[in-house]
Amino acid sequence: MNKVYEKMEEAIADVNDSATIAIAGFFACGVPRLLLRALIAKKVKNLTLTCGCGPLVGASDELRQLVLNNQLKKVIDSYGLFRSATKGRQDPFEQAVRKGEIELEVVPMGTLAERYRAAAAGVPAVYLPTGVGSMMEKMVVTNIVKHRTPKETREFNGKKYILEYALQPDFAFVHAFKGDTEGNLRYSKTARNFNPVMAAAAKCTIAEVENVVEPGQIDGDDVHTPGLYVKRIVPVPRISFAVTID
Amino acid sequence: MRFEGIPREMIALRVSKEIKDGDYVNLGIGIPTLISNWTEGKDIILQAEIGMLKNGPIADESQMNQDLINASCQPVLELPGTVYFDILESFSMIRGGRMDVVVMGALQANGRGDYAGWANPERGLDIGNVGGSMDLCAGAKKLFLAMEHTSKDGKAKIVNEISFPLTASGKVNMIFTDLAVMEITPKGLLLKEVAPGLTATNVQSVTEPKLIISPDLKEIEF
Repeated sequence: MNKVYEKMEEAIADVNDSATIAIAGFFACGVPRLLLRALIAKKVKNLTLTCGCGPLVGASDELRQLVLNNQLKKVIDSYGLFRSATKGRQDPFEQAVRKGEIELEVVPMGTLAERYRAAAAGVPAVYLPTGVGSMMEKMVVTNIVKHRTPKETREFNGKKYILEYALQPDFAFVHAFKGDTEGNLRYSKTARNFNPVMAAAAKCTIAEVENVVEPGQIDGDDVHTPGLYVKRIVPVPRISFAVTID
Repeated sequence: MRFEGIPREMIALRVSKEIKDGDYVNLGIGIPTLISNWTEGKDIILQAEIGMLKNGPIADESQMNQDLINASCQPVLELPGTVYFDILESFSMIRGGRMDVVVMGALQANGRGDYAGWANPERGLDIGNVGGSMDLCAGAKKLFLAMEHTSKDGKAKIVNEISFPLTASGKVNMIFTDLAVMEITPKGLLLKEVAPGLTATNVQSVTEPKLIISPDLKEIEF
């Protein structure tokens, strides 16, 4: 079962307009930058990017290009804006969010993790304590006011919990340090973050892999994402990037 | 009115004194991150929600690995015994009640254990970057705030009614600022320590809720 695609454009050939794509990574770390660049080159539009913690803030050059190409409809993230409000005001993404041209749905990080996990595990929704007492309890939090639909809550043992729905993207773009040709993946240090849960949640997972090896060259005990979750892998070079956020 | 208090590094040092040996601790962005400069010699373990236990010190240019950052996107180093895990494991620890102490920054707080920090409407949006803050508050055994007592133009940040979007409700245990150390009690906000050179009256004049003055009121101790 060989899942290797030598050409990036072939690996994303069926990523079309209006697709929902999970983008792994935590700020600058573990982001599938080369897949993002392929998405930019493909110029597909009306995309919904579902994130975890600011991969687009960490890959701000790629984000800027996606915005300038008018490719984004919506971003779901816990940390979608620059940390600095001053720099944020000059950022084309934040400007588009302020004008309502791009939707930004804000979800607590751990809640996002559980929503992907639920999708991966065939669970339609989960009750979580996160956000009780805040506006997250009352509604879906987004810059588009008419999309602020109410949320359900329920008490268990005298404590309130919020019903949060599974989030299943059409595609997941993940980045792995090592992977074999059958799609078994291993990540490096804190670059693991959202990669495994997104790989398991999406209908179709595409992994960019720095070191592609033969089956058996990753010890079975050392695999983080079993190959069953991964449809395609693309060998990529290790590129260097600035480890910082604005 | 604006008083000269202790610098941010010293707020961090004061919070660090409240962390006990054996504690597992998560530090938020801002002043809380500075607490990691004061943990040497203490038997505590820092968790970073990106997926790391035993978070090491900040790495310089020559030592950095682009696959190894803390939750504030700073390159860090490993320590003997550092472990990595994915985001689900990380937030199971956080939401599941395994964090002995969580320290967060704040834009506003009140005397009832509520605080706001994730969205600053002055940015021109009524939403912001929530990150893992609400998950951390939901699961923390003890929740501390480390913050400036007033805004740059001298406005109170410890207020009667919070006007910014709430991060947590009824969860805060202690507040550490450049001017004071306060504890949230069932009767209200207890003033325990004041910055050198200040009086309880000074602190009250830039604090909206009526402070209960501790009979043991003292200067902030480092």
